[in-house]
Amino acid sequence: MKPEAGQAGAVRKPFLRISDLTKMFGTFAALRDISLDIYEREFVCFLGPSGCGKTTLLRAIAGLDIQTSGRVEQAGTDISALPPSERDFGIVFQSYALFPNLTVKKNVAYGLQSRKATRAEIEARVAELLVLVGMPEQGDKYPAQLSGGQQQRVALARALATSPGLLLLDEPLSALDAKVRVHLRHEVKELQHKLGITTVMVTHDQEEALTMADRIVVMNQGVIEQVGTPLEIYRDPQTAFVADFIGTMNFVPGVVQGPGRVRVGQLDLTCQIDGLSQGTDVTVAVRPEDILVPEGKPVSENAFDARVGDMEFLGSFFRADLVAEAMGEHSLRADMSINIVRRLNLKQGDMLPVALPAERIRVFPGQ
Amino acid sequence: MASNAQAIATPAHTVRPQLSRDDRIMRGFILLVGVWMVVTVLLPLYFMLSKSLEDRGGDFVGLVNYAAYFSTPALFYSIGNSLTIAAVSTVFTISLAFVYAYALTRSCMIGKGTFRVIALVPLLAPSLLPAISFVYLFGNQGIIKGLLGGNTIYGPIGIVMGEVFYTFPHALMIMVVALATADGRLYEAAVSLRAGPVRTFFTVTLPGIKYGLISAVFVVFTLVITDFGIPKVIGGQYNVLATDIYKQVIGQQNFQMGAVVSVVLLIPAVAAFIADRIIQGRQTAALTSSSVAYEPKPRRSYDLAMTGYCALIGFMILGIVGMAAYASFVQFWPYNLTLVLKNYNFDVMDGGGWASFYNSLRMAAYTAVFGTAIIFTGAYMVEKARGFGAVRGGIQFLCILPMAVPGMVLGLAYIFFFNHPDNPLNFIYGTMAILVIVTITHFYTVSHLTAITALKQMDREFESVSSSLKVPFYKTFVRVTVPVCMPAILDVSIYLFVNAMTTVSAVIFLYSPDTALASVAALNMDDAGDIAPAAAMCMMIFYAAATVRILHVLATRGLARRTQAWRTR
Repeated sequence: MKPEAGQAGAVRKPFLRISDLTKMFGTFAALRDISLDIYEREFVCFLGPSGCGKTTLLRAIAGLDIQTSGRVEQAGTDISALPPSERDFGIVFQSYALFPNLTVKKNVAYGLQSRKATRAEIEARVAELLVLVGMPEQGDKYPAQLSGGQQQRVALARALATSPGLLLLDEPLSALDAKVRVHLRHEVKELQHKLGITTVMVTHDQEEALTMADRIVVMNQGVIEQVGTPLEIYRDPQTAFVADFIGTMNFVPGVVQGPGRVRVGQLDLTCQIDGLSQGTDVTVAVRPEDILVPEGKPVSENAFDARVGDMEFLGSFFRADLVAEAMGEHSLRADMSINIVRRLNLKQGDMLPVALPAERIRVFPGQ
Repeated sequence: MASNAQAIATPAHTVRPQLSRDDRIMRGFILLVGVWMVVTVLLPLYFMLSKSLEDRGGDFVGLVNYAAYFSTPALFYSIGNSLTIAAVSTVFTISLAFVYAYALTRSCMIGKGTFRVIALVPLLAPSLLPAISFVYLFGNQGIIKGLLGGNTIYGPIGIVMGEVFYTFPHALMIMVVALATADGRLYEAAVSLRAGPVRTFFTVTLPGIKYGLISAVFVVFTLVITDFGIPKVIGGQYNVLATDIYKQVIGQQNFQMGAVVSVVLLIPAVAAFIADRIIQGRQTAALTSSSVAYEPKPRRSYDLAMTGYCALIGFMILGIVGMAAYASFVQFWPYNLTLVLKNYNFDVMDGGGWASFYNSLRMAAYTAVFGTAIIFTGAYMVEKARGFGAVRGGIQFLCILPMAVPGMVLGLAYIFFFNHPDNPLNFIYGTMAILVIVTITHFYTVSHLTAITALKQMDREFESVSSSLKVPFYKTFVRVTVPVCMPAILDVSIYLFVNAMTTVSAVIFLYSPDTALASVAALNMDDAGDIAPAAAMCMMIFYAAATVRILHVLATRGLARRTQAWRTR
């Protein structure tokens, strides 16, 4: 499991505090009343579909597009109205934004030259940074001579050169090939951990957020849907949007029957329901990998028979459509290991007893 | 502190962004650019408009001058003449240039590079040159005057022929770009759907170049209707608006009527400009990143025909320039064809002598250096500054406005504005400075748009990265923006230089005896009947422009090898 940054944060003062932040573009609210605390040494991801406001929030933190209202505090100082040049951050963009006519070394040294440092100090610092990002030999090349992954490392080294207190990453891996992306994901995370620099990364890629972040901020239509560790976000989505956006989820409409009971079709399911009164229309959600095939073991809770529909082969497992008469016209997608499919000799049209574990069912208000 | 006072004065949570030092410097620059544009474009035009509403004594008389204009047939007939000449020339130029551009882009003809260069030759000559050349070819003692079948070259025929020569490269460049950006997949689709060549042409080719074609039409139309050199030399008794302005101002010293004709000329130019802007605004990117470039396949007879066509046009272009070059060496046309240098002895003739040629070189050099600096810096500030939207939008508009203002009109407007006794800038009147300023302004728009295009291609986050690294913007401007945009900067400077060498219209009202220019000298020598020396001066302008152009090509290559090493992988 990840280090529990969230818990540690409870005793620390937040490094970056965003309160009641709103950003208007004309009459359109790109961000609405965003409040968020980010702690020192933490790696936080802003995750959401395009247009959800995640990049707008990052640019507000950087001062590149200052918010319409609300406060941003960094290290105890109010920086709400400051221009970017008076804030303390390093930034990496999806486009790398490397200066094409300067060598790698000169790019990395770009921010150092305006400070009072001797040439030898600058050279030593540049060499150190190039080692840090794993490119000690490439200093004299021009950006166009490097691969995308290498360019992004240089951009990272340039952003880190002045030892900023905050690192901002705007979709840094999105322009890269899938393989390079996975590799660099790991390296960036390791580097961040080693340097202990507070980092905010914007991404639309949930896998990236789940693997890299200490905490994820899921955003949608200008508001924060949920903040939590990757495991919390995945296991315990607080809204239907988060449940749908992260991973795969089955949704079926239901009605609350009483405490801990919800009716889907003719099926009565046992599950946890918080504060929803009897008769409320709800959406019942369960992940494909949480659908159980008892294989003869007696299961009384939430068990029913289903017919196997289309079976999609996805390499290490099958994703099958399950149609249950008791549930009406709704079908469920269920992940089944190769082993189960082989043991039960499953094929399309077979009848199969399945069960939905009560603690794995989520219920959201509304249909 | 100011920020505390603001925090108290405004509602508690509304943020008023503080300006950084960079922001303040950039806004200062933007305001400077704004003041420059107001002084060099807006105020002169305003003075001209008000002049057209005044009597000779300077009192406001409303539309009296316009009433006089429209009740004098000799004057308002010129409107029809100008429109006719512009329309006919546009049809010829567009047709000829379209086939030429089609040959360059859609055939496997031989010598494409050479033909492309030949087609651009007219850009290096003042518009007087083809007119003078036609006098030698088709004039009363012209060597091939029989080809006109008894018609005189002095009049509409000569004007149209000269205008076609002069506007050909402008139309060609636009259409080559339009034709070159075709998506090859559309042609493959057309072939696989069994469309014939004619159907393919009307359903794929024409729609694909629609915007380029329209743009070329407006550009040529505007160039012709505002041109002064050709009708002046070869127009004879056929009056057009541009020559009317000259006659009113220089011939009759009737500045008010000159202003009226200017306003009349401004109308079609502005209308063409607005129409083009509206139509181009509808254009969406024809080429996407997934497009496949069209590759012509060799077809022997078709390619040969295209080569023949281009060779014919190329021969005519070189022939026209060659005629002027030859005539400039002839002792006494057509009786004594001995080749001599006497026509280059400008100092014994009226017009300004060799000094005018050196003045032109100096004027062009200043225009290139200062014009490029002003235009590129201005474009950078307007494009890259944060906030300040309304002011930036206004200046953007002022930067594209000069395109719609004919050179004659601008020149006359400068007289009214800068020669006004109460104008504190009065001291630049009659100096080299006013010639440089009017030329920069006259050619501002194309240069500005070139600079903007280059700047837009730069990553828009360069400035964000710089400010996060606390590097002032001007360091990034010098270290990154200027080097990366160097090809565009060189293009702008060469464009300004060549146009400053060849222009007549904007400067004709503004030179003084000390600052006579080569193109004006050629015009005056032609006026005085010294046609051969006029041809000689045009050729000097041509040689100077060509030399600078060649130097530019070499410099660009050298620069590319030395400082643009980063462009290659």
